[in-house]
Amino acid sequence: MGAIGQILHAIPVDLLIIQTVNGIVAGMILALVASGLTLIFGIMDVVNFAHGELFMLGAYLGFVVFVATGSFWLALIGSSLIVAILGAAMQIVALRPLIGRDPLNTILATFGISLVLQNYALWQFGPVVRKIPEPISSQFTLFYLQYPWYRILVAVLSAAIIGAFWLFLKYGKFGIWIRATAQDRTMAQAMGIPVPLVYTGVFAIGAAMAAASGVLFAPMVGVSHTMGLDWVLKAFIVVVVGGMGNFVGSIVAAIFISLVESYAAIWLDPSQAVIVSFVILIMTLLFRPTGLFVTPR
Amino acid sequence: MTTAPLDKSSPLKRPLSDRAGLSHTAVFWFAFCLVMAALIAAPLVLSEFWRRLLTEILIWGLLAMSSDLLIGYTGMVSFGHSAFFGLGMYGAAGALLVVNPPNLWLAILAGLAGAAGAALFVAYFSTRLRDIYFAITTLIFSQIFYVIIFTWTSVTGGENGLIFTRPHLAIPFLYNARFTSTTMHWFVLAIVAGSYLVLRRVTQSPFGMVLQSIRENEPRTRAIGYRVERFKMVAVMLSGLFAGLAGALYAIQNEFAAPDFVYFLTSGETVIYNVMGGVGTLVGPIVGAGFFHLMREFLSRLFGDQFPYLIPLGIIFIAMIIFLPQGIMGFARRWLNE
Repeated sequence: MGAIGQILHAIPVDLLIIQTVNGIVAGMILALVASGLTLIFGIMDVVNFAHGELFMLGAYLGFVVFVATGSFWLALIGSSLIVAILGAAMQIVALRPLIGRDPLNTILATFGISLVLQNYALWQFGPVVRKIPEPISSQFTLFYLQYPWYRILVAVLSAAIIGAFWLFLKYGKFGIWIRATAQDRTMAQAMGIPVPLVYTGVFAIGAAMAAASGVLFAPMVGVSHTMGLDWVLKAFIVVVVGGMGNFVGSIVAAIFISLVESYAAIWLDPSQAVIVSFVILIMTLLFRPTGLFVTPR
Repeated sequence: MTTAPLDKSSPLKRPLSDRAGLSHTAVFWFAFCLVMAALIAAPLVLSEFWRRLLTEILIWGLLAMSSDLLIGYTGMVSFGHSAFFGLGMYGAAGALLVVNPPNLWLAILAGLAGAAGAALFVAYFSTRLRDIYFAITTLIFSQIFYVIIFTWTSVTGGENGLIFTRPHLAIPFLYNARFTSTTMHWFVLAIVAGSYLVLRRVTQSPFGMVLQSIRENEPRTRAIGYRVERFKMVAVMLSGLFAGLAGALYAIQNEFAAPDFVYFLTSGETVIYNVMGGVGTLVGPIVGAGFFHLMREFLSRLFGDQFPYLIPLGIIFIAMIIFLPQGIMGFARRWLNE
């Protein structure tokens, strides 16, 4: 009894609860990034290596719009729109000519795009970390911490964007086109759905979602030109663990991975906590390559 | 499925030599000797700066060539070669710091051992996966090694890396002297040329043929009775060993080991060398590395040191994937054949 009591006593309950909240907030942002990535993969078989860079660029553009207008909400909308146009341009210029070739070519091409975008950001904004101030600054008490309401708002907003997108997929005309193309490309084309337009549209939507999450994330840690790789890796892990192209799976996986990383950060250095999610990915690939949250057929 | 640049027509056909009435081998050795002669003579003509750059290009070429064994011959794109390169670097650095007096050959052996360890680990897990899954897993593995090296400050020096002095160029009983930039160049050239010949032999051996057959049609290769996973594992390990050799050479040339070289960018640049030079040719990746670094030098001379050279090079890279998937070497070969 004494030993069990000691172990129970050693569990830092307050830390666990704080990290649960942190994990869910991070997980919702990650879900927003990953759902764009999984959408692009599910429909076009394109692994978008530049997705993290779209996230990063979205955050920077949010900063630029914020400095120009002073409004966080304008920054969120403006940055998403600009990045959506950029995403559409990327798809038309670099990915459309590669349709029908090995999917590995698209990973190479999007890798090239990510290099260009990352170095453009470094050139344009320099190596200084930029920060957008939080739109609401009130806080509430969580044990010994003053926890900012903004983080809770981020989680709610991310969930709202994902929910709106889900409704759009389910009931919107373009959403139905997207689902039809994902099911059967040839048949969709035969039914008169403009498949190339759907491709470009999907890429633009995915890019906008990445940009929106970038702007939402920017007040929390700050924007740097190297953040793209971290986020694209995390999003890859989420997409694989949730099952490639599986929308719901990737949202569940995003929260799962973020929670595990948060808990690991109690005992490990945050940079080492990343390894835990890497290990989850490798285990998934070895034992359940179709994804943790899908029943294998 | 025509899927260039990732699978190409057989790299063994050389119609040019047939038309000239010469055997492949004669033309090959003639060209090889010509290039070697030029590279041996180069440091005597070039200034210190260009001599060092040429040596570095050879080292990057060796790294790219090692990755070509996977990309071009086995059809697996590795985004994790920085792990092997970096482990080779740190292995050599460790041997040079621990053993006194520092020994060149021991450093290279330690670098190879480090890379072999990493390669064994990566090969065991990642070869069960194909295509993009392989690419992502190798990338993740290299990031794991990066995080370990970056945070394990007491052993690896963390962010600052390790600094050491260059060992003597010592051939037992024959020769023992300090490296000059010229002898360094010849030393690197000898190793790179040797590695090229070994890799060329490997790709033309029955083993190499099986690798190419895996690239062309994996299920059929398996159906014929080859144990595809074993062949892939050996390919990854072999590739990792040569990448580690390149890392050890780079460490010895520059007298430091830094975590930056384990970072993803090194892997990415390796893939760029391959695509630019032409995959599945072995020579192509070296040409690609040369093109990349000369362009980089040219751009920074034209626009200043701060110029983000990766923007124009990235655009060239994307354009090459779309319009010139065979790379410079593939293009040159087609042009010669016409």
